[in-house]
Amino acid sequence: MTDASLDSGAPRKGLTVTDARTRKRNAAERRFRAYGIVAISIGLLFLLFLFGSILRSGLPAFTQTVVDVEFTLSQAAIDEAESKMLKTKAYENFFIAALEGQLNARGLAVDFDAKAIERLVGKPGGTIREFFKENPDRIGTPVSFELAASSRVDGYLNGRITRGTLVDSRFLMAADLDLVDALEEAGIIKGAFNWNFITGTDSGVDNPGGAGLGASVIGSFFMMLVVLFLSLPIGVAASIYLEEFAPKNRWTDLIEVNISNLAAVPSIVFGILGLAVFIQFAGLPQSAPLVGGLVLTLMTLPTIIISTRASLNAVPQSIRDAALGVGASKMQSVFHHVLPLAMPGILTGTIIGLAQALGETAPLLLIGMVGFVAREYPEGFLAGFTDANSAMPAQIYTWASRADPGFYEKAWGGIIILLAFLITMNTIAVILRRRFERRW
Amino acid sequence: MPFTWLVLIILAIAGLGYVLGRQRALASAGGDSRGLHSLPSYYGAHVAMWAIVPAAALLVVWLLAQPYLVNSRVLATLPDMAASDAGSLSLVMSDIRRVADGLDLAVRNGEMTAPEAAAITTDVRERLGEMGIALGSQVSPQVLEGAQEYRSLNATGNMAMSLLALLIAAAGAAYAFRQSHAQFRARNVVERGILALLMFAASVAILTTVGIVFALLFNTIEFFKLYPAADFFLGTNWAPSFSGRGGASDLGVLPLLWGTFYISIIALLVAVPVGLFSAIYLSEYATPRVRSIAKPLIEILAGIPTIVYGLFALLTVGPILVSMFGQNTVGWMAGGTAVMTAGLVMGIMLIPFVSSLSDDIINAVPQSLRDGSYGLGATQSETIRQVILPAALPGIVGAILLAASRAIGETMIVVLGAGAAARLSMNPFDAMTTITAKIVSQLTGDADFASPEALVAFALGMTLFVLTLGLNVFALYIVRKYREQYD
Repeated sequence: MTDASLDSGAPRKGLTVTDARTRKRNAAERRFRAYGIVAISIGLLFLLFLFGSILRSGLPAFTQTVVDVEFTLSQAAIDEAESKMLKTKAYENFFIAALEGQLNARGLAVDFDAKAIERLVGKPGGTIREFFKENPDRIGTPVSFELAASSRVDGYLNGRITRGTLVDSRFLMAADLDLVDALEEAGIIKGAFNWNFITGTDSGVDNPGGAGLGASVIGSFFMMLVVLFLSLPIGVAASIYLEEFAPKNRWTDLIEVNISNLAAVPSIVFGILGLAVFIQFAGLPQSAPLVGGLVLTLMTLPTIIISTRASLNAVPQSIRDAALGVGASKMQSVFHHVLPLAMPGILTGTIIGLAQALGETAPLLLIGMVGFVAREYPEGFLAGFTDANSAMPAQIYTWASRADPGFYEKAWGGIIILLAFLITMNTIAVILRRRFERRW
Repeated sequence: MPFTWLVLIILAIAGLGYVLGRQRALASAGGDSRGLHSLPSYYGAHVAMWAIVPAAALLVVWLLAQPYLVNSRVLATLPDMAASDAGSLSLVMSDIRRVADGLDLAVRNGEMTAPEAAAITTDVRERLGEMGIALGSQVSPQVLEGAQEYRSLNATGNMAMSLLALLIAAAGAAYAFRQSHAQFRARNVVERGILALLMFAASVAILTTVGIVFALLFNTIEFFKLYPAADFFLGTNWAPSFSGRGGASDLGVLPLLWGTFYISIIALLVAVPVGLFSAIYLSEYATPRVRSIAKPLIEILAGIPTIVYGLFALLTVGPILVSMFGQNTVGWMAGGTAVMTAGLVMGIMLIPFVSSLSDDIINAVPQSLRDGSYGLGATQSETIRQVILPAALPGIVGAILLAASRAIGETMIVVLGAGAAARLSMNPFDAMTTITAKIVSQLTGDADFASPEALVAFALGMTLFVLTLGLNVFALYIVRKYREQYD
């Protein structure tokens, strides 16, 4: 008696009719397949949701609501303001008077006080005072000021905040919205592309409107220069050695094990390394893109070595044999023939490694490249390596951890810029691969 | 002599050596390169190599050693005042360095001449203050004396280094130049030199590991001198004092370990089923077209920087979870930052990690096993569950362990998404914190580096390093040990 007839308890109804057991098995099959589809859909949904929320929350960072006020200050008024204890407050009063005048001129009288203005545009006094200090020749002539409105006002005009959802706070009161409406009707408040967000520097904790990513983009750029000029030669040299010359011995094994382990060491540990070795031991300056670049180089090396070895390995042995056959030395065959043929693959791997390094945050925080040091641009090319600066992801982190929610929008906007860089780099890598990839 | 100039001069010597060495070799063969052993450029490269390599090696060693020697010499001249323990010693040293840097800056700006600066023995703070260089605290006479000593030692050291480096460069070039004649096997020597450089580059990986281990080890030992190891490993309370030194800090690692594991477990509970089923579907069911679209899309998730996930956790997922489980509904969740927030988002991040590793492993299972199973009448899902998954299991376990090590070492998501309070709680909606998050917060504050509150970060880093390394080694071990060999 064999197993085949064991479960034939019920009589079969025919070949075309599926019995209960087959139906069960088929259902299990369909269920299993559905699990897979659900899993993939979950992954893709997360992706969609992630990008959706980045775009939804980040795009407003690129536009800015400005309050455009034109007024004239006489020398006498300035002297009077300078003689006071609270100088910027005096300037602020000029601003308020000018604003009131413009509103009244258009017949849109709204009651408002200095506090409301401060909630709308921050404290404009300092900006005005500085402007006249730097441009004394403009005293007495009409000047128009475009002052960035606070992010809440931005939100109201973008529809992110409505009268219903607004909770009175020190940031914005419901009563202020009347003023905003009047200003909008008068054309004093309007939207503009926020160039300052792309070119500006970090603005300090209480001015989210004036925060910009420019300085930290430069910081990232100098770090990437260091990473490129260190990790590419070192990585390529190491790969050539391991792939073409290394004898099979303990030392080579040790190197191989180290490289694969380093690829899995958490990035924060590299930050500790940078802090202890480069800053404490070697005495390099804190917060310098040079140190950041060194740390990221050590982090990127395993990635570059792994991809470079793969592309060296893909060059067929016949090329090497041919070179050796016409009298080249081993070294010449590698440097004159194998390396140039492997170059597209190496460059692709390098760009991908750079893209990874560009998005890395944690080690930079430990070596002091936090956002608030990115207050100004470096003074020159060489100073760019050693002047205290931040990097894009570290700047985003600093914004995200500030109390004022106005910075969140900036953080999302910063992410859009960061992702734009990453997508560009990866696209270049893909194009390079498509364009130069050779199948042997 | 500024360092840039030194480097440029050495490079110039090398360049000159290249030209001369090449010429000399050619001349010795009567101007006909066929009479030479190697191509003419190898003779030039040989001379240049001898000019640069020894001098560069000297510079590197010197630059590393000089600060060390100068520090110890300066400290030796200080009278043994309060500078008894390591902490205040390093404080005194940084004071000395600040004063010396201030004097150097004054000389560089042309505010005073070098002898003038060296002659200052009193009132350094006032005089530098007049020139717009602010020194923080009051400068004691001992510190000023130390600073002057520091400056003179450094000046002597730099001078000696420049002279010696130039001398070695010139001597090396001259030595190699004398060897440049037709019979000399220049190519072999140069190639051996290049090989040594390649080998050195490959050893950078080892140097990095050594650097990591030493950086962690030394500071961890420092930490355990100030804080008992048993209290660190077995303490259930994490409460560093912010008052700086002296305040009683509780630095127990257990709450942080618990937070780390809890978040990692939630992350794996999200990532493993989703990643594994995606991998199975993509490698077994999906048409090539679907696969070519879905696989890269899922892998995009792996290319997104972790700061993006951190922000996503803090600003998007946190508020959503609060609206579902917060005070207004079931009241489990007090704020947006919680274990659940960080775990969910980290899970998303790990999906492509699990899926692409498993995908490779499932694809490596030979087709003959599938065909055999189908031939016995198994459905596709039965084949996957009973044949393919068991065959791929070691690889999949390895992939999951690698993902776990990623989760443990992940920083930005937990810094932004998990909260800052260290607590031992079972509630996944509580804010907790992890080892990585505490490393960041202990080292980015303004705590003094010699205090246990800052040094604990190195002990935490060591714990993290050992944990992740252990997981990786274990993962590789499992994969090697239980891998089925099919070929």
